Amino acid sequence: MDNLLSIVTFLPMLAAVILMVFLRGDDEAANRNAKWLSLIATSATFLISLFILFQFDPQNTGFQMVEEGEWLLGLQYKMGVDGISVLFVMLTTFMMPLVIAASWDVQHRVKEYMIAFLLLETLMLGVFMALDLVLFYLFFEAGLIPMFLIIGIWGGKNRIYASFKFFLYTFLGSVLMLVAMVGMFADAGTTDIEALMTHQFASETFSILGVQIIGGLQTLLFIAFFASFAVKMPMWPVHTWLPDAHVQAPTAGSVVLAAILLKMGGYGFLRFSLPMFPVGSEVLTPLVLWMSVIAIVYTSLVALVQEDMKKLIAYSSVAHMGYVTMGIFAGNQQGIDGAIFQMISHGFISGALFLCVGVIYDRMHTRNIDAYGGLVNRMPAYALIFMLFTMANVGLPGTSGFVGEFLTLVGIFQVNTWVALFATSGVILSAAYALWLYRRVVMGDLIKESLKTIKDMSRRERAIFAPLVVATLLFGVYPAPILDTIGPSVEALVSNYQIALAEAGTATQVAASQ
Amino acid sequence: MLAADLTVILPEIILAVYAMGALLAAVYTVKDGAASLLVWTTAGLFLAVAAWIGLNGQGTNVAFNGMFVDDAFARFAKIIILASAAAVLLMSEGYMQRKGLLRFEYPLLIALATVGMMMMVSAGDLMALYMGLELQSLALYVVASLRRDSLKSTEAGLKYFVLGALSSGLLLYGASLVYGYAGTTLFSGIVQTAVHGDLSLGLLFGLVFLIAGLAFKVSAVPFHMWTPDVYEGSPTPVTAFFATAPKVAAMALFARVMHDAFGAAVSDWTQVIALLSVLSMFLGAIAAIGQTNIKRLMAFSSIAHMGYALMGLAAGTAFGVQAMLIYMAIYVTMNVGTFAFILSMERDGQPIANIGSLNMLSKREPGKALAMLVLLFSLAGVPPLVGFFGKLYVLRAAYEAGLAWLAIAGVIASVIGAFYYLRIVFYMYFGEEQDDALDSGTPPVLYGMLMASAVIMVVGVVNLFGIESVAAAAAATLVE
Repeated sequence: MDNLLSIVTFLPMLAAVILMVFLRGDDEAANRNAKWLSLIATSATFLISLFILFQFDPQNTGFQMVEEGEWLLGLQYKMGVDGISVLFVMLTTFMMPLVIAASWDVQHRVKEYMIAFLLLETLMLGVFMALDLVLFYLFFEAGLIPMFLIIGIWGGKNRIYASFKFFLYTFLGSVLMLVAMVGMFADAGTTDIEALMTHQFASETFSILGVQIIGGLQTLLFIAFFASFAVKMPMWPVHTWLPDAHVQAPTAGSVVLAAILLKMGGYGFLRFSLPMFPVGSEVLTPLVLWMSVIAIVYTSLVALVQEDMKKLIAYSSVAHMGYVTMGIFAGNQQGIDGAIFQMISHGFISGALFLCVGVIYDRMHTRNIDAYGGLVNRMPAYALIFMLFTMANVGLPGTSGFVGEFLTLVGIFQVNTWVALFATSGVILSAAYALWLYRRVVMGDLIKESLKTIKDMSRRERAIFAPLVVATLLFGVYPAPILDTIGPSVEALVSNYQIALAEAGTATQVAASQ
Repeated sequence: MLAADLTVILPEIILAVYAMGALLAAVYTVKDGAASLLVWTTAGLFLAVAAWIGLNGQGTNVAFNGMFVDDAFARFAKIIILASAAAVLLMSEGYMQRKGLLRFEYPLLIALATVGMMMMVSAGDLMALYMGLELQSLALYVVASLRRDSLKSTEAGLKYFVLGALSSGLLLYGASLVYGYAGTTLFSGIVQTAVHGDLSLGLLFGLVFLIAGLAFKVSAVPFHMWTPDVYEGSPTPVTAFFATAPKVAAMALFARVMHDAFGAAVSDWTQVIALLSVLSMFLGAIAAIGQTNIKRLMAFSSIAHMGYALMGLAAGTAFGVQAMLIYMAIYVTMNVGTFAFILSMERDGQPIANIGSLNMLSKREPGKALAMLVLLFSLAGVPPLVGFFGKLYVLRAAYEAGLAWLAIAGVIASVIGAFYYLRIVFYMYFGEEQDDALDSGTPPVLYGMLMASAVIMVVGVVNLFGIESVAAAAAATLVE
């Protein structure tokens, strides 16, 4: 199959178009058909995407299964995967059937809901596979439209504010990236990501309006891309859209947002910032590292005082993404391995945590922590699963959360011990807020009158959690499958990064001596 | 010689003779009874002429000693003008009929305005330019005040006329200065005087006045004041017309004057146009935020879009002109669809312009709401819709011409502008159900236009329907 990647990418869209065109009416039967078709389509996408994994050769550090075609304006339609992107593709296809299954009880405009999620899946897969700058931007930005609608139509009470904030915040971040892309096109004469990785952008220092720009063009391009990815990630201090979006989004929307959409930022750093602007990255690494540390410590503290469960988990997401940026900008094998591992495992864990909130929200229609307590008495299965993911969120050894955090900390320790010191304190803080949340919601006596009749998880809900539990434990005990897949590509990335820095360093010295 | 000249302007002659002949015939026979028929025949004739120009046009033909130029650039603009004018005419027939506004003069005035626009884009001389411009404007002043018993419509016509006359005065003054210092009104002659070194001060003055006059026609800031009032006051089909064909004509004329007459002094006018562009983008984006009337909102939206098109022109390169042409083609397509939607907004048979009335449209008419959603995101320039590619072209043109600051300003304005398009989406999708909903049911012509426009915005992502290479060829004839 020559166009396996395109098939995987556009299969969900095909299902969405079928729903849009052929499904009429909004009675019970139509809703059921919409749900089943979406579930089948996303499951089929997952099964077909397994072929990508089977065909993928980890030892080959270049792009594989590449598809190319002419497009307009000298752009190309080019798709491909390498060791860095293939696992994000798998994460996306793996999560989507669970997301659809988790939305089985949606009553309101089911057809549109499913269409939005199916389109979103196509766009997210496209982001991870696109090998053309503008094609990447197209998928990256287009994802805003379905997400805007998901938050705005199926969201909570304050959904309008959250959806507008989400859209405008991320849109503002990415348009600067668009200008940078146009600039790269003008400079390199191509938008092919593969070619741009070997293109050297000018890094001579120059000044604009009297301000010295160390690292020159590379630094400016880095900043423009950083504006977009930092918002998407999100990094402190541009993270404020995330808690709002998470709290207002429906459960499935939160899961997609936390498990996949946030990873686009980290993926972008690895795909663009490090390989294409090594000097710019080097110049701004201290800033990014300290921003990451502030994110880890500050948002963990903020998470401690939250009243709303979703908000608490959202802030914990920001903290965990802090480890990711820290690992990426450590710039060594352990750091980047850890960052990718952390992103994958955070996909499982945060997705599962939002699903956990969804389970009790569906029953009680409140996310307020005070409204719960003593759930273990009536919901033992739920208590067990929630505990597992709470521990994984804390980074308990044996769960996948530990491997990622540990590797990023090892990586950063070699680069900057102070950053490592502060970041490690985040591990303790995360234990504090996560365990305290668990205590308040699940432990203790069941004294609230309203909770006396609450039911434990249904079979459908358990089935949704099962794959996540398996993945979290499996990769916690045996992380080799992930690390072996990403290893060679990361190694190539790191060595190219170091070589580029060394070359730029000598070039600067030569320029200075002349 | 004369026969050769007449062959070149045959399409214009056919349309002009048709308009005058039909006018006479209708006056002496059934008068308004023939209005419907005339609308259809005029639209059909537009499409036939557009097809003829598209299929038959070859090379560059000059008539009347260079006063009239028929080249690939003019043909590109003419086809867009004719096609969009035909689309708007077809959309307006049902609406005008129901409002009792369908007079037989309406399609014929539109036809005359269209002849004027075709003259404009083919002008090779300042006098030809002025003739085309005035033929267009005079016809448009009349259709703006078509609803004689409405205060707002009369006001719109009067405002448009007074300010239009002022801008014509500015333009003529500029033209006289240019003539005085260049010694000729032919563009090919003006460009000769500028080719040796810098423009003389007098020519520069003339250039600035010409730009001011032209900026008025494309409604670029700070010459935009008439736009919201005229858009609001005119009958909606006329507003739809204002927002499409005349904008293309004025933009194409702008490019022709700048490149044909002042192509040797690019650096002198690009900075002026860059300023017009950045002001238009920001004013269009910011002023529209407070609007609740969708026609006024579209007026500011069109101001912002003209800012982006001017960004392509400000680059001063062949690629810039190509980007501008593609942008205008996309803009017109989006606006035809959007106005088809606006024309269908009625409650108890009365047109409604308040965007609040769109509350929860997605529940009642999902197909229509979805099409409008696509158009709005396309207007905002969000990928993967075609509107994004228009922006991408002009951004690239500006960046490559060394106007990175303009590109950055443009994208920031587009984020501000996204807000008010999102607000309409908000009403259609996130609002509350209310009792006084809009009338359901859309006339088939409007529905078809809306859907076609939305589908083009989605499907166009594949290759923009091959418009890229055509626009490149058109731009190449203008800028060597």
